[in-house]
Amino acid sequence: MSATLASPAPSGFGRMTLRLVLIGAVLILALLPVLNQMPTDSALHVSDFVVTVCGKWITYAVLALAIDLAWGYAGILSLGHGAFFALGGYAMGMHLMRLIGPRGVYGHPVLPDFMVFLGYQELPWYWLGFDHFPFAILMAMAVPGLLALVVGYLAFRSRITGVYLSIITQAMTYALMLAFFRNDMGFGGNNGFTDFKELLGMPLNTPNARSVLFYASLALLLGALWLCSAVTRSKLGRVLVAIRDAESRVRFLGYDVTQHKLFVFVLSAVLAGLAGALYVPQVGIINPGEFSPANSIEAVIWVAVGGRGTLLGALLGAFSVNALKTWLTTVAPDLWLFALGGLFVAVTLFLPRGLIGLFTKAPK
Amino acid sequence: MNAAQLTAPAPDPLLYLDGVSVVFDGFKALNALSLIIDPGELRAIIGPNGAGKTTMMDVITGKTRPTEGVVRFRDHDLTKLDEASIANLGIGRKFQKPTMFDKLTVFENLELALKAPRGPLACLRWVLGGGDRARIEQTLEEVGLASRAHDLAGVLSHGQRQWLEIGMLLMQDPELLLVDEPVAGMTDQETEHTAALLVRIAGRRSVVVVEHDLEFVRALGSKVTVLCEGSMLSEGSIDHVQNDPRVIEVYLGR
Ligand SMILES: Nc1ncnc2c1ncn2[C@@H]1O[C@H](COP(=O)(O)OP(=O)(O)OP(=O)(O)O)[C@@H](O)[C@H]1O
Ligand SMILES: [Mg+2]
Repeated sequence: MSATLASPAPSGFGRMTLRLVLIGAVLILALLPVLNQMPTDSALHVSDFVVTVCGKWITYAVLALAIDLAWGYAGILSLGHGAFFALGGYAMGMHLMRLIGPRGVYGHPVLPDFMVFLGYQELPWYWLGFDHFPFAILMAMAVPGLLALVVGYLAFRSRITGVYLSIITQAMTYALMLAFFRNDMGFGGNNGFTDFKELLGMPLNTPNARSVLFYASLALLLGALWLCSAVTRSKLGRVLVAIRDAESRVRFLGYDVTQHKLFVFVLSAVLAGLAGALYVPQVGIINPGEFSPANSIEAVIWVAVGGRGTLLGALLGAFSVNALKTWLTTVAPDLWLFALGGLFVAVTLFLPRGLIGLFTKAPK
Repeated sequence: MNAAQLTAPAPDPLLYLDGVSVVFDGFKALNALSLIIDPGELRAIIGPNGAGKTTMMDVITGKTRPTEGVVRFRDHDLTKLDEASIANLGIGRKFQKPTMFDKLTVFENLELALKAPRGPLACLRWVLGGGDRARIEQTLEEVGLASRAHDLAGVLSHGQRQWLEIGMLLMQDPELLLVDEPVAGMTDQETEHTAALLVRIAGRRSVVVVEHDLEFVRALGSKVTVLCEGSMLSEGSIDHVQNDPRVIEVYLGR
């Protein structure tokens, strides 16, 4: 039965081989924090930098998966997914700020430094609860999810699709960026949050914390991959593909397209929020720049380069483009934006199915 | 038998259109059109190109809102409902230009059309049961696509696309089937098969067929409505309308 129902599987390179490559890649990734503990003079030693950078890329890969689910399958090209990622990041940032406690420069027992500096007398109401880790994680999912629900409902109900939807989501992240830049929002203005001390009782910037965050990100990635492939392999996945390719025809079959799009858009935003929540403690900072429209566009390019509508392509794109970025921004930082644009154009012209298309045959 | 029984009113119509007009930029695609379809009725609709046949189906299925007029299905006012709600009331449609999901297989296209809960969570949890599979396979046989079940719909020929869309319509099991030009691109034998299929469905279901092929319409053996310039020109048996001078002038005589 599964054979008849599975959507066209990547043949040629073979589904089995692909799975093996994936398992191999995960195992190698999983080894990194272990190799990091090896003596520095060992040939197998991996630097702190590599562990942190890979941990960061893993959260990017989750963001790419989230985008692929909405864009590659349901045809919702969001150019504002960076906002969901950043909101998740801010939720975690607020938790990390609360955990600093009296260790701030001003030594205030409750208020973060920037609030003392700005003359706050007490914690704003919307900061309450963020001293609890589960609450912060809940908010990292709920806030992006609710935003996606509201924006998605308004847009999908009015049948806004294609480039108009992209513009709306782009405007959404831009508006949030401007809002978070304001000092009176209570989110640290343009400096955002940084100087975090600890998380879950672990001092940050220690090998232990690095490993834990790394493995948490890897677990999130695998969980997200499992969830997304469960969605895309179900009948819901086929409804989404149908909506992507012939939205109006789906309606005449009796499907409420708005509901289906909302479901996938909210799920996608929640995944992006969780990715952001794990990104922030690893990079040690969150500021309004994360809402910049360019970030969202870059994340869409990862998916386009990797190959949309395949899930694995999104992962491939996120890792390879970011590897290129990390390398290029050290050797020739000025070239990065040109390289990114050029890469996007080249893939669109010569590899319409993305990098993953190099390894898999087109479905008949 | 007494007189009251003889003049007993017809059963409540399933579909009721009255005074329906559709204006596109000042052009009247439908002009005060009235049409009544009874439960179980098979009705053929003919008329020259641009007569408004497809527009009439657009109005019934919620794709186009009438500028004025009444459109009722049982006691539902269709002018107030969206496409999905209308489909869920039990109105299925085959489009003039066959439209399906090219990146899904023939089987998957039928599976999406199969009558089943339509919400996202229901679709996520959906497991194809043995009965559903049997129904899909039976339909595949019926429309002659059993050997193509696992091919992508995008690679089918025009005639096969016609059949797949008819199959999707059957899977929905609607109470009213709106069938727009089903036999365009079919061989004579397929045309006969389609006519027999639609006749068989009617009785249990109401079927409205738009077609230019008069041989086919004759094979349906049903009441025929002739549309012209957005309103009804003539109505009756195929022989009646074929001998109606007005029909000959605008349509058959060309
Ligand atoms: N969305 C639209 N906007 C403007 N004009 C339209 C629209 N849809 C249909 N028309 C016009 O309305 C008239 C009726 O079109 P319709 O498609 O209903 O005709 P038809 O009877 O189905 O013809 P055919 O036999 O060619 O399929 C045509 O002149 C068509 O150009
Ligand atoms: Mg037509």
